Amino acid sequence: MVTLTINNQKITAEDGMTIMEAARQNNIYIPNLCYLPDVHQIGACRICVVEVEGAKNLQASCITQVAEGMVVHTNTDRVRKVRKILYELMLSDHSQDCLTCTRNLSCEFQALGKLLGVEDSRFEGERSPFQVDASVAITRDMTKCILCRRCVTVCNEVQGVGAISPQNRGFKTEIGPAMNLPLGKVNCAMCGQCTVVCPVGALKETNSVGDVWEALHDPKKFTVVQVAPAVRVALGEEFGLPAGSRITGKMVAALRRLGFDRVFDTNFAADLTIMEEGTEFLNRVKNALTGKSAVLPMITSCSPGWIKYIEHNYYNLLDHLSTCKSPHCMLGALIKSFYAESINVQPQDMYTVSVMPCTAKKFEIQREEMKNGGYKNVDAVITTRELAQMIKSAGIDFQELPDEEFDNPLGLSTGAADIFGLTGGVMEAALRTVYELVTGRELPFEGLHVTPIVGLEQIKTATIKFTDVLPEYSFLEGVEVKVAVTSGLAGAKILLDQLAEGESPYHFIEVMGCPSGCIMGGGQPRSSDPDVRRKRMAGLYTEDESKVYRKSHENPYIISLYENYLGEPNSHKAHELLHTHYVPRGKFNELTDEDFVVELDEFTKRRIARTTRQEAKIPPVPVKTEQESVSARILELEAENKKLKSELQDTQETVEIMKLVLSKYTKQS
Amino acid sequence: MSAAIPKEALSQEEKERAYAQIANVVKQYKHKKDSLVQILHLAQEIYGHLPLELQQFIAKEMNIPLSQVSGVVSFYSFFSTVPRGRHTIRVCLGTACYVRGGKKIVEHLQNKLQVELGGTTEDGNFTFEVARCIGACGLAPALMIDDTVYKQVNVNKLDKILEQY
Ligand code: SF4
Ligand code: SF4
Ligand code: SF4
Ligand code: FES
Ligand code: FES
Repeated sequence: MVTLTINNQKITAEDGMTIMEAARQNNIYIPNLCYLPDVHQIGACRICVVEVEGAKNLQASCITQVAEGMVVHTNTDRVRKVRKILYELMLSDHSQDCLTCTRNLSCEFQALGKLLGVEDSRFEGERSPFQVDASVAITRDMTKCILCRRCVTVCNEVQGVGAISPQNRGFKTEIGPAMNLPLGKVNCAMCGQCTVVCPVGALKETNSVGDVWEALHDPKKFTVVQVAPAVRVALGEEFGLPAGSRITGKMVAALRRLGFDRVFDTNFAADLTIMEEGTEFLNRVKNALTGKSAVLPMITSCSPGWIKYIEHNYYNLLDHLSTCKSPHCMLGALIKSFYAESINVQPQDMYTVSVMPCTAKKFEIQREEMKNGGYKNVDAVITTRELAQMIKSAGIDFQELPDEEFDNPLGLSTGAADIFGLTGGVMEAALRTVYELVTGRELPFEGLHVTPIVGLEQIKTATIKFTDVLPEYSFLEGVEVKVAVTSGLAGAKILLDQLAEGESPYHFIEVMGCPSGCIMGGGQPRSSDPDVRRKRMAGLYTEDESKVYRKSHENPYIISLYENYLGEPNSHKAHELLHTHYVPRGKFNELTDEDFVVELDEFTKRRIARTTRQEAKIPPVPVKTEQESVSARILELEAENKKLKSELQDTQETVEIMKLVLSKYTKQS
Repeated sequence: MSAAIPKEALSQEEKERAYAQIANVVKQYKHKKDSLVQILHLAQEIYGHLPLELQQFIAKEMNIPLSQVSGVVSFYSFFSTVPRGRHTIRVCLGTACYVRGGKKIVEHLQNKLQVELGGTTEDGNFTFEVARCIGACGLAPALMIDDTVYKQVNVNKLDKILEQY
């Protein structure tokens, strides 16, 4: 514990805490921008500067640790001026078209300007050359990037992908893939985690709302929507409700009011996935135990970002993946076959939309493999955020909606399906069914929750022993099945490296591409609630526990679907509609010709054209009084000074490195 | 230091040898901290420049993301992703040289060598760049070819200088 003074207030703080954290604990708010608690604290933007007595320079409070006797001032004249200058400098290299920006009114940069009371930008200068590009899932608009580097930390460290990093230097610095390649051509997993942390409109999902409105307004289209489990515990946040609020009934009502002809539940297909994947797993284990060849561990395949990751990085391990499509593609395939036949609508007249917590699913539906009979399983994917935008723009008062039910038969689901939306859930759902199929008894865990794999840790493991099995599963008598669960691609890397070394002790592995699973997916609402993960998780467990049926194989509509249409799990028909295969892509996407670049939409193109034109016209801001002109000149000089200093530092660094290289080089030769 | 050879000049066999040599460098340096800059530098010495393909090779050998490799390559001006000429001409466009005709020198070179700024001549002999002050302001305009500084250059003098290379 240390004692320090902030703004004349004596406070105590834990050792190792930053000034920012200590201040926050004592209800003093220090403006900040790049700071992202626990994830990203590199002191990039300097907006959080404070004055520390005895220190010559202002200190970035998000990275400066507290010390005994420290005297801090967060709100002096000097501090306020510097913050404004820094802000205005960032603004001078920013596209500044808030009115037509997706982040208008939800932008951290915009909010900060208001907070600091910035009313004018005194710097008008050259704008850095910017790049705007779109992949099927992610749009990068570098005219809006403020170089906070949160996305870099998330992509490189949290996800371990490293699709984007800072390129070039100084004024030309731009966050992006190597050598200006578009995101759709590189190893980006399309997980969208970068879009969740980006404080501005620089990284975002590639918009599909326009396409969906068009289909909804087309009288010839029969529109069918489905919603993933994690959406129902997060959508409410967009309408001012706390994280984890369960609003399933209102969400269904809203979708009907938007004009969808049918509202189905991806959960139904989650139950179906358990039947298919569980059967596949039992077959693989049986083969392995009876001396036939079988690839184990089997790894789940419902997270398309994870799939793209393994296709790039471990493409010789693709046989370990379950062949099951992800649930929403399964449901899409069924809607355009089974359901279309039952209501006598031609598949080409149908338009299927999935509402997902995920950006990678926008990529998945473009895959050649996700088609049946020439028709895409799913025509459009919108994120939770995009759905909220549609509901708002349709003038629907969400909080006042009545609760409504999904349509049947593809809308009924068990509790096992709800937990598909969070880490450990798919495994638990599978075990609930597999254990009971094999032994005839319920999974022996309190409330059916497999406690060792419940929770938000990166890697969780469990061992399930099968005893007193039913006669047809005698090969499993006394067998201990080892399972592992991970979420986030950095965790997947750990398990896959182990597998590649031939040292994986597991039989069954669940991987979800996003840390904590779909509840924290790349398409979910951006939240400032530090407890958002736990709240959304609790929401899904409550949803599960409130269901009449808790195990996928008990879903009556699943049973009748097999009886009347598919035959049995893993049947020929099931394979045709519900299973898939994978594409080795290579670390740099070099093994395939396929790329996922899309043309920019008309709005964006027009906006870019407009900004470029405007730039040419803007005359330098006329400075009015002499006093004003002097202070503006001082600011300019300070900015120039800062730039030169950083350039000098760069150069010194370069010289150091050159020296090092040369000395090594001469020693070597 | 040997002069860098443009990539086009490498035969398939030479290219393979260069890659093997670079793989060796990576192996030696890989485990040292912050060795990427050194590895890239040596790789450029061996191969002449650092095209995307070579950056991918290094990323793979070092098991780090390509975007990080390219980030470092684009950060330092002494790395080049396109083939460089055998010689580098840097014309000074610092204040003193600029006012005393540095611009004319640039124009003359562009016409004579048929090369854009930052580009390399077709025969692979010269890479053409500009510099800010090179410390010869008193005898402006100045230029550098490789490590040699030429002062008070004019168009006639320039043609004679170029003949030496
Ligand atoms: S990203 Fe820029 S243009 Fe968009 S809302 Fe924020 S400040 Fe405005
Ligand atoms: S979508 Fe995921 S993999 Fe792609 S750049 Fe963003 S964080 Fe990286
Ligand atoms: S793209 Fe967004 S998150 Fe990444 S550095 Fe720019 S502003 Fe920050
Ligand atoms: S918030 Fe502290 S440096 Fe950006
Ligand atoms: S300005 Fe050219 S040498 Fe100084």
